[in-house]
Amino acid sequence: MKKVGNQTIVFDIPPTVLETACIGGPKEANGPLAKYFDQVLDDEFWGEASWEKAESKIIKETVNRVVAKSKISQGKIEYCFSGDLLNQCISSGFGLRDLNVPYLGIFGACSTFVEGMGLSALFCNTPIANYALCATSSHFCSAEKQFRFPLELGNQRPQTSQWTVTGAGSALVSKSGQGPFITSFTPGKIVDMGIKDVNNMGAAMAPAALNTLIAHFHDTGRSPSYYDGIFTGDLGYVGKDILSELSLKYGYNISSNYNDCGVMIFDKSEQDTHSGGSGCACCATVFSGFLFNQLKQKKFKKILLVATGALTNATSAQQGESIPSIAHAISIEI
Amino acid sequence: MINFFQNVDWILVLKSFVIGGLICLIGQILIDKTKLTPARILVAYVTFGAILGGLGIYQYLVDFAGAGATVPLTGFGNALAKGAINAVYEKGILGAFTGGITATAGGIAAAVFFGYIAALISKPKIKKQ
Amino acid sequence: MHFGYGGLICTIGQLIWEACKQAGLNQEICTTIVSICLIFISAFLTALNVFNRIGKFAGAGSLVPITGFSNSIVSPAMEYKSEGYVMGVGAKMFTIAGPVLVYGISSSIIVGIIYAMFGI
Repeated sequence: MKKVGNQTIVFDIPPTVLETACIGGPKEANGPLAKYFDQVLDDEFWGEASWEKAESKIIKETVNRVVAKSKISQGKIEYCFSGDLLNQCISSGFGLRDLNVPYLGIFGACSTFVEGMGLSALFCNTPIANYALCATSSHFCSAEKQFRFPLELGNQRPQTSQWTVTGAGSALVSKSGQGPFITSFTPGKIVDMGIKDVNNMGAAMAPAALNTLIAHFHDTGRSPSYYDGIFTGDLGYVGKDILSELSLKYGYNISSNYNDCGVMIFDKSEQDTHSGGSGCACCATVFSGFLFNQLKQKKFKKILLVATGALTNATSAQQGESIPSIAHAISIEI
Repeated sequence: MINFFQNVDWILVLKSFVIGGLICLIGQILIDKTKLTPARILVAYVTFGAILGGLGIYQYLVDFAGAGATVPLTGFGNALAKGAINAVYEKGILGAFTGGITATAGGIAAAVFFGYIAALISKPKIKKQ
Repeated sequence: MHFGYGGLICTIGQLIWEACKQAGLNQEICTTIVSICLIFISAFLTALNVFNRIGKFAGAGSLVPITGFSNSIVSPAMEYKSEGYVMGVGAKMFTIAGPVLVYGISSSIIVGIIYAMFGI
């Protein structure tokens, strides 16, 4: 393991993404990627009394599932990285309290999944761990409640707004294996271009994604064409267009192999999701479901996953603060 | 029933439709152009209604359009201001404090009560679209 | 669109008003009954999980009439039921509509004081 350039970590013995699992909500079940979920829910409560409890259950069951699928006994998993959008990451804390695995709570808003995968890969690339696990979740209803308005309020969602994905994704990383391999990890810098509109997260986060992309290409000496696919976490339609435009301006043409998880997870015309999906579970479920499947089937051989996050909350928004954003990238190859 | 419809002032009903619609249209333009949140729109309307009520202007609109003027939140502001003014005539300065809420007590109490009942019997659900 | 929805709600109000008028009630009482009826209808539709769908199309057409005020009290009351009946339903009921009462009542008091002072 070594650092190349300013901020990219390259794994000389790349850890393997051993197994993934993801659970999606009822809306995700009607989306184009529905068949890649391990399980989809009929209703957003999943038999629980509150959405917060439901979200905890989703992440708990997702982690149980990835452990079961991997056939690794739970006692062998040495560390767990997890986070979510609710205050103090309660979905992860409550959902994983019975897991009995050393737990490291992390927060990178919607970029948390890639942050967790990068850290899992780092741990597995040292003598301290053979298996590490990462998981993130989000829930449309609990996120609306915390960040926006009550569900039953008759307000209109602006066209730039995004739909928080209900679900959770989890990945188990191991020191050795047959791949797909995590070959590099580029932690991003916080970027704030002064955008204050909480209904336009895509525009706020696109410059952060650009910053990390450029850093990754600069550090590794790779060009966009090195990858079969470059996937951002949850920029949505608005942010995707901005990133495509910005990256071209900086001399990186990503138009042929770039897509966004928020764009992929919902059918915009059928599902009325405006600018697309968002939330920790957006990138997590698209990777754990669709992308991991495609890597396993060798339909994609080299991908760059760039999860984006808006480091804001309801209080800062009310105080008129702008939205600091972040993006972390990992390259996964077979 | 037939008697009821024969006696309805249909011109006034039409006026209430047009004036009520116009007041809402202004609200939609404000939402679209200024990105004001719903709470701010409601606050702006009620305050504006109270000012117009205080100046005695809003009553002309109520006389002209009936529910078209009283149903939008500007009408709620007007009712508050009018209640305060009328009470001032009866009780002096104390009326400024008691009049507004007295005049609008029915609406406020109904909203609180029905809100509580709704919370007792119903659970929020996701928007299906 | 918003014009039509907003107008329609006011028209329903006016018809209730007409009914009160025919029953021989004065203007003040008619206004109050209209408000209570519309508040009830809106609260009922909110509890049936229908109002937000109307609001999505009607926009200001359903927000600006008293129905929007009612919805803004009922929806947080339902939303925060999971935090209990006192600090959830009771306290959060006014998260959106509270400012309306604060500004509406305060401005009416100022108007009243001005009238009292200048004896207009």
